Amino acid sequence: MSRALEVVATGPLALVQDLGRPGHAHLGVPPSGALDVPALRLANRLAGNPEDAAGIEALLGGLAVTARASCTVAVTGPPVAVTVDGRPAGSHVPVHLTAGQTLTIGRPDTGLRCYLAVSGGIDVEPELGSRSRDVLAEIGPPPLEPGAVLPLGEPSGIPDGADTVTAPPNPPDLLVPVVLGPRDDWFGDAAHQLSAPWTVTSESNRVGLRLDGPALRRTDAREGAELPSEGVITGAIQVPPNGLPVVFLADHPTTGGYPVIAVVVPRALPALAQARPGTTIRFRPYA
Amino acid sequence: MRWLRYGPDAALVECESLDEMSAVRAVVVAAGLPDLVEVVPGARTVLIAARPGSTGLAQARKLVESAGLESADGGESREITIDVRYDGEDLDLVARTAGITVDEVVELHTGATYTVAFTGFAPGFGYLTGLPEPLRQSRLDTPRTRVPAGSVAIAGEFTGVYPRSSPGGWRLLGHTDAVLFDSRASRPALLAPGDRVRFRRIR
Repeated sequence: MSRALEVVATGPLALVQDLGRPGHAHLGVPPSGALDVPALRLANRLAGNPEDAAGIEALLGGLAVTARASCTVAVTGPPVAVTVDGRPAGSHVPVHLTAGQTLTIGRPDTGLRCYLAVSGGIDVEPELGSRSRDVLAEIGPPPLEPGAVLPLGEPSGIPDGADTVTAPPNPPDLLVPVVLGPRDDWFGDAAHQLSAPWTVTSESNRVGLRLDGPALRRTDAREGAELPSEGVITGAIQVPPNGLPVVFLADHPTTGGYPVIAVVVPRALPALAQARPGTTIRFRPYA
Repeated sequence: MRWLRYGPDAALVECESLDEMSAVRAVVVAAGLPDLVEVVPGARTVLIAARPGSTGLAQARKLVESAGLESADGGESREITIDVRYDGEDLDLVARTAGITVDEVVELHTGATYTVAFTGFAPGFGYLTGLPEPLRQSRLDTPRTRVPAGSVAIAGEFTGVYPRSSPGGWRLLGHTDAVLFDSRASRPALLAPGDRVRFRRIR
């Protein structure tokens, strides 16, 4: 029998993710891919995979899978309880499963997204060079359901024997470095306005982080002005007419008609991927 | 032309016109610089994203500033004909607004050659320029909650085809059976920036 993994439970949302499909934005296709990229890379190393293998991104944990073949797995992201057939196994370590054993991920106390890597990687059919599910463009394997059977590739490497990998903290306050522009001149004193405390709202998803706070005010000259559609990248902070910013994440639209006041530097994106509703964000211009 | 910073690894080239934008896009794409991750045209801009830490942006800027931008010939442009049944719900409205007959609307729409200027809104949705003046009409006051896949529509200076069913506020002229986007195909999008497009009436 070919190697496979059976989904038993999914929690709120479990998606197959790899490093996405950048390079297709000119066709209207978002980059997609794991939101917390370092967490997926680490899980893959612990499972003995190339870092770009496909794993599962499980929002708020709650994922349970049964191995249909012997495999090495690893769970990363926020610190979270992991059990094998009910016995504690731990996160951020390689875990061996024999055929028939069930791995269950608990609900993390902090952070949002747990990553499961399995030796050989999830081997569903790629679309546009990636196995990632894009929730906006609806490309890639549909959200996982209990009963789904996921094919696994052939194991190709030796698991990283990490002694201790510490899960990154997910603090309730984040200081996020940004580069101002390209449309900061649409706003009066953009740096100052952005430095206000912003709260992550529950409307946030893989498309973007929707923030609440003091509405960003345009300059008088730009009040009511229209912006012809222009390209958007991950990390762009777009400001719709209501003045409440959206930080675009991996499944963002490829073009948009509202001004982008600043762009989050890439190394700050993993923390945003783990920012729960209620988290406070302050943007600080960088360089 | 202005170069605007777009985060640490990207720049937005702001152009005077759609033609200049198309020329900048074509020059950059034709060069095939390996350090560029995305080249995304917009209505008046080209977004260029480079591999972090690379010299891709500097190379792109040098290329654009030393190029003659009169020609928008990207070298990879294709000519595509899309068969359309002109049975759209807004055909009468469009004819009334333009002060012409429905047949004249169809003649205008099929008589022009369009260029895919940029994409967005959904995978495979191209914004096509070259729309005859009488057909340049505003969006519907109230967008539809569902526009069927394959709908051929107009709004402002653009015409386009909805790749799949979605909400939308463009005025509907008709529909096509053509597949606009298939993520498993070797050429996933029927329409890519720079392509030339004509619509042909079928009954």
